Amino acid sequence: MSGAAPAFIDFEKYSEHVPASIPAAVQQATNRFVAGRAARAAELPQWEQLRQIGSDIRLHTIENMDVYLTRLEQKVVSAGGYVHWAETAEDAQRIVLQIAKEHKVKKVVKSKSMATEEIHLNRFLELADIEAIETDLGEYIIQLAGTGPSHIIVPAVHLKKEEIAALFSEKLHMDAPTDPVELARIAREVLREKFLNAEMGISGGNFLVAETGTLVMVTNEGNGRMCTTMPDLHVAVVGIDKVIPDWESLTVFLKLLARSATGQKLSTYTQFITGPRREEGEFGPKEFHLILLDNGRSKILKDPVGRDVLKCIRCGACANVCPVYKNVGGFAYGSFISGPIGAILTPQILGTQAARELPFASTLCGACADVCPVKIPIPTILRHLRRRVAEGDEFSLPAMPAPIRTIAGLTSLALAWNWIYRIGARLLPVVNPFFRRDNWLSGMPYPLSRWTKIRPLPPFSARFRQWWNIRSAREKESSR
Amino acid sequence: MPRAQLFITCLGDQFYTSTLQNMTHLLERLGVELIFPAEQTCCGQPLFNNGFDGKTRPVALNFMHTFSRSDTPIIGPSGSCVSMVKHHYPSLFKEGTREHALAVDVASRIFEFTEYLVNVLKVTDIGAVYPHKVTYHASCHYLREMGLKTEAKILLNAVKGLELVPLKEEETCCGFGGAFTVTYPEVSRSMMQNKINDIVASGADTLITCEPGCLMNIAGGLHKLGSNIRAAHIIDVLASKEATP
Repeated sequence: MSGAAPAFIDFEKYSEHVPASIPAAVQQATNRFVAGRAARAAELPQWEQLRQIGSDIRLHTIENMDVYLTRLEQKVVSAGGYVHWAETAEDAQRIVLQIAKEHKVKKVVKSKSMATEEIHLNRFLELADIEAIETDLGEYIIQLAGTGPSHIIVPAVHLKKEEIAALFSEKLHMDAPTDPVELARIAREVLREKFLNAEMGISGGNFLVAETGTLVMVTNEGNGRMCTTMPDLHVAVVGIDKVIPDWESLTVFLKLLARSATGQKLSTYTQFITGPRREEGEFGPKEFHLILLDNGRSKILKDPVGRDVLKCIRCGACANVCPVYKNVGGFAYGSFISGPIGAILTPQILGTQAARELPFASTLCGACADVCPVKIPIPTILRHLRRRVAEGDEFSLPAMPAPIRTIAGLTSLALAWNWIYRIGARLLPVVNPFFRRDNWLSGMPYPLSRWTKIRPLPPFSARFRQWWNIRSAREKESSR
Repeated sequence: MPRAQLFITCLGDQFYTSTLQNMTHLLERLGVELIFPAEQTCCGQPLFNNGFDGKTRPVALNFMHTFSRSDTPIIGPSGSCVSMVKHHYPSLFKEGTREHALAVDVASRIFEFTEYLVNVLKVTDIGAVYPHKVTYHASCHYLREMGLKTEAKILLNAVKGLELVPLKEEETCCGFGGAFTVTYPEVSRSMMQNKINDIVASGADTLITCEPGCLMNIAGGLHKLGSNIRAAHIIDVLASKEATP
């Protein structure tokens, strides 16, 4: 996961071997967020209006992305910053490396960023012999563990404190206690030295305000401020979808984001970074670089249904309520982003050959769409991508295995020609005696075995039609 | 006298004969004259939800033609199947075509059973007696796609002797999800297990839902656990007259 993108994401295989500790840890954390979000939303009588406004602004922005990105670039440059356009993940990696080389950087501190997870930047820098240390506690933990994040905002949500203590003990050669406060203190001590010696800080960004060319970062630990102010060089890697028109729209998203994500009214730190420091004595780096990452987003924009995924503000609320996510954890989604939003984003970035299972990794229960702060119609996009996998469209060839397409074709015939259906329905009860136990059917052959290995099936009955016919005949008889 | 057509759904047709009989009796007792169009099969949702729009269309056409021989309302015992017809059929056909017009017409005439009772017939008490402690699972499509948040509870609260106790995470999916159950059986199992744990913890002796799919899943799970808790479709509880079972 910290390496290159996988060739095929095998959700099914992973889901069959989920370590038991993962659902327990994930459910404990996400249930707390769900309760917090609900409480914060209930405090604002205009919450539903806010969601609608947020949705409208995001839609307007992605429909006019070229305009806002151009404005953003002008403003960043006039504030003294540098803007780089990265069409692919590799381009973004190369640009970061080039900046690092120009400044002879060997030590980097990073604040939490989904964009740098998306481009696998840490692994890339490591290969280039540059030390890049994650400074968000959760990210630091997963960096030690050598994995990617399993949740958008809580990357180490799958780990219990005992597992983290064991990890610290092993990697930091010490005897780490299981007390979370103590663990945070240990990390802080290690990281303090990293902050002091870093030559470059890398961050992501929550929003890019086009009006003034301002990078907005929403964080809770203070490490983001250290990364972006202590080193003389700050490089921000941000997806082009993070642009918003102006400060007025920012007020809407700041209200929506923390409440939806962690159940906070506002995150502990909200930073506004407009270019580098302008004069000596001011805080901030001498140089500010903004790398605008496309990596497939322009292509997604061309799809009138799928493009709504770009409205996402990365709060993680959809994962917190998703019963599938809560039972498999984030690694099942095989990519930097997990949960329902991952299920609709990853297949659009990596393609439906590699990620064909993800759109199906949902019961279409719709809980995600109910909580999404920008009203992304996730179930609609899941169905849209299922269509792409099953039948193909102007963006992609079908990726569904041929036997399943054949089964679907036969099913369609049987359901459309009602005499086939009716004969089939009357024949099914014939199998009852072979599998019947206590008035339930169990141990059935494939494909029903995939149902009966989990729970038995009620016996086939199909007696209603007959009952109705006899009854109707009798009524006719008596009315004669 | 109101007239209506019975849409029995494929799961109802195959597995829930007595629920369909009860549905017939209840509607007739409320003075509804029923038609049962025998050419009906399935709404096509299993194909549609798996991305096979092209293969759903002939199934939808069979449904639309079957239920258009009469222009009366269509009533089904499943929020999910009804939602398929109501919300997704029109999207299957190009606007301006004869098929699209037919889909829109059928969509405007279809109702889920409790929706028809409470919102069309304006009936809340149908004289049922069920002296049991029950709990209620809000099925996903019934709740979110159909927007039926109160109808089932209004009907249950009017049942004599019935005590409705809360179910933790009442609105969380039970793990059915149609083909999902056989595509990802292990995930379905975990989700079902969470649901069953909450049902057991509620202290109820009956679990009620408005969805045949959830019912199959939850009832099977309870049986596998060896639990005595009964899982019932709301229709069967509303049809109950005696202090049994």
